[in-house]
Amino acid sequence: MSMDFAAAPSTGNAALNTVVFGAFVVITLYVVYRVSSRGSSTADYYAAGGRFSGPQNGIALSGDYLSAASFLGIAGAVAVYGYDGFLYSIGFLVAWLVNLLLMAERVRNIGRFTMGDVLAFRMRQRPVRAASATSTLVISFFYMLAQMAGAGTLVALLLNVHGKTGQAVVIVAVGLIMVFYVLVGGMKGTTWVQIIKATMLLLCVALITVFLLGKFGFSISALLDEAASNNPKGNGILEPGAQYGKNELSKLDFVSLSLALVLGAAGLPHVLMRFYTVPNSREARRSVVWAIGAMTVFYLSTLIIGYGAAALVGSDVIQASTGKENAAAPLLAFEVGGTVLLGIVAAVAFATILAVVAGLTLTASASFAHDVYANIFRRGKADPRAEVRVARLTAVAVGVLSIVGGIMANGQNVAFLVALAFAVAASANLSTLLYSLFWKRFNTSGTLWGMYSGLISSVVLVFFSPVVSGASTSIFKGVDFAWFPLTNPGLVSIPISFICGFLGTILSKEPTDSDKHVEMEVRALTGIGAKGSA
Amino acid sequence: MTEVARSTTAARSFGVETYESSFGGFEHPRESLPNREIDYAKIYASDDFKELRSSARRFILPMSLLFFLWYLTYVLLAAYARDFMSQRVVGSITVALLLGVLQFVSTIVITVLYLRFARKHLDPRVEAIRKTAGVADK
Repeated sequence: MSMDFAAAPSTGNAALNTVVFGAFVVITLYVVYRVSSRGSSTADYYAAGGRFSGPQNGIALSGDYLSAASFLGIAGAVAVYGYDGFLYSIGFLVAWLVNLLLMAERVRNIGRFTMGDVLAFRMRQRPVRAASATSTLVISFFYMLAQMAGAGTLVALLLNVHGKTGQAVVIVAVGLIMVFYVLVGGMKGTTWVQIIKATMLLLCVALITVFLLGKFGFSISALLDEAASNNPKGNGILEPGAQYGKNELSKLDFVSLSLALVLGAAGLPHVLMRFYTVPNSREARRSVVWAIGAMTVFYLSTLIIGYGAAALVGSDVIQASTGKENAAAPLLAFEVGGTVLLGIVAAVAFATILAVVAGLTLTASASFAHDVYANIFRRGKADPRAEVRVARLTAVAVGVLSIVGGIMANGQNVAFLVALAFAVAASANLSTLLYSLFWKRFNTSGTLWGMYSGLISSVVLVFFSPVVSGASTSIFKGVDFAWFPLTNPGLVSIPISFICGFLGTILSKEPTDSDKHVEMEVRALTGIGAKGSA
Repeated sequence: MTEVARSTTAARSFGVETYESSFGGFEHPRESLPNREIDYAKIYASDDFKELRSSARRFILPMSLLFFLWYLTYVLLAAYARDFMSQRVVGSITVALLLGVLQFVSTIVITVLYLRFARKHLDPRVEAIRKTAGVADK
């Protein structure tokens, strides 16, 4: 195996990659245009009128959830660090049980468009919606920045665009297409983009996996041996600890990350918002079941693809290539399927960024228009047409912001932002959602304490962690103001938000709104009075 | 795409609470049923609802605790019991790999168990309560 393989994909096939990706864009734009109702109702724009079926929404959920980081990042981490890369996958998947058992059906029955609908249901509307919108916007922005910055790296790798200006042009193009999806398609169009993308992604990884298994005579053991012999860590890649096992601190960091992953998924606003695109709670339940099915296939495939990349391409070649770890899956695709398969994998990776960013933009715009504009500024008396107009304007603003952010963050190591978004979701949102759903005494003051303490502690702890300063991999290398040793704040910020939510509740004299609590419980379990899809 | 339109009838039955301004529900006032108060307190106090509530909690809360502790055990083993996790089971397949895949298996098992539980114990009760309350079924 020579370096030619590392060089080849980033030179000879850029035209083909562009053509395949262009085809995806044209097809999705057409679909978005066809399904768009061009209506201006809030239900259409935010929730596609609640007309998707459980299986459709389940596939779209997996599309929203499986970002380019999951696809390229996990396969790459497995190829280089072996087993430790697989640990991510497990957290990401198990997390969906929280959605299945505790969230999906209740959220569908109680709310209508946003996470704020659920949290503010039996609380004082304005402060709780403000908190909920703040957390939604922060999470969406972190998550989006990571995706957009990744787009630049991916462009360099797959389209052979190496100049910063050229990459900026591609980031602008990605941003504009994404804004178009959201503006024209609303939730309906965005959902179809997710369905198309998720189907492509799943087919792609499943086919490569079957091929790899076939190549090694369906002996996983043989595949693992070959991977180990082509990785400098040898048999170490079959055991945990290659990445996180260095010292006690890194082990603790791993536990912290795992907590944030498993508890974060159920607090991601763009995931919660998907539950409103189905007509009732039973379809919401089916959505999660389909999503779990799709993601089981995906994560098991990435494990095989990661080890397969180590076995067939070799870890050294992967690390020496332009995209480092992220290049593992594309290089493997080139190795097993030549330029055509590489083109398809490249297009799928691009489509993934495009679709995930569209989903986030829609969520951010919905939260601002519905929670902030309609319920805080207009005190719930907004004209729906005006509300949708605000949502569309917000989508444009968010799109511009993410383009600018993406260009500025291009080349920076901002992958930690995804983990941070999960930590904020697990800290600020999960605690308050769980209390709100299952603890009668919980009140407005508890909600605010829980949300803001989780949000602030996560962001502050990351700011004073080695991620930002004081280490060789920090954003600011020259200075050192880090005093928090872990790169992921979850281990501390999640308990903080649960404790603050509890204290904020029992220390305030505010009584529970019994009528609203009764209504919320009946509605959560039976769907009686649930907002449907007019 | 044919399924898209399928739920409009179901949707109509949700319009029991007509336009509540705080949710901006003015879009299709004609599709909503006449304004009818739902007596949530009465439903809440009914035996049917109490049964539904306790039955749901009896399944959901222990099951959530179970999968969370099982996941935590796995994470702590991966972090602190490296020797145990590095043992070979068959060929080059390690205990770690096996336990990791077992997390996938347990996730699927819990999903299937919950689906069966919900179909058998939750959905019929919900339907009965909705019927008593005079709300068309979902």
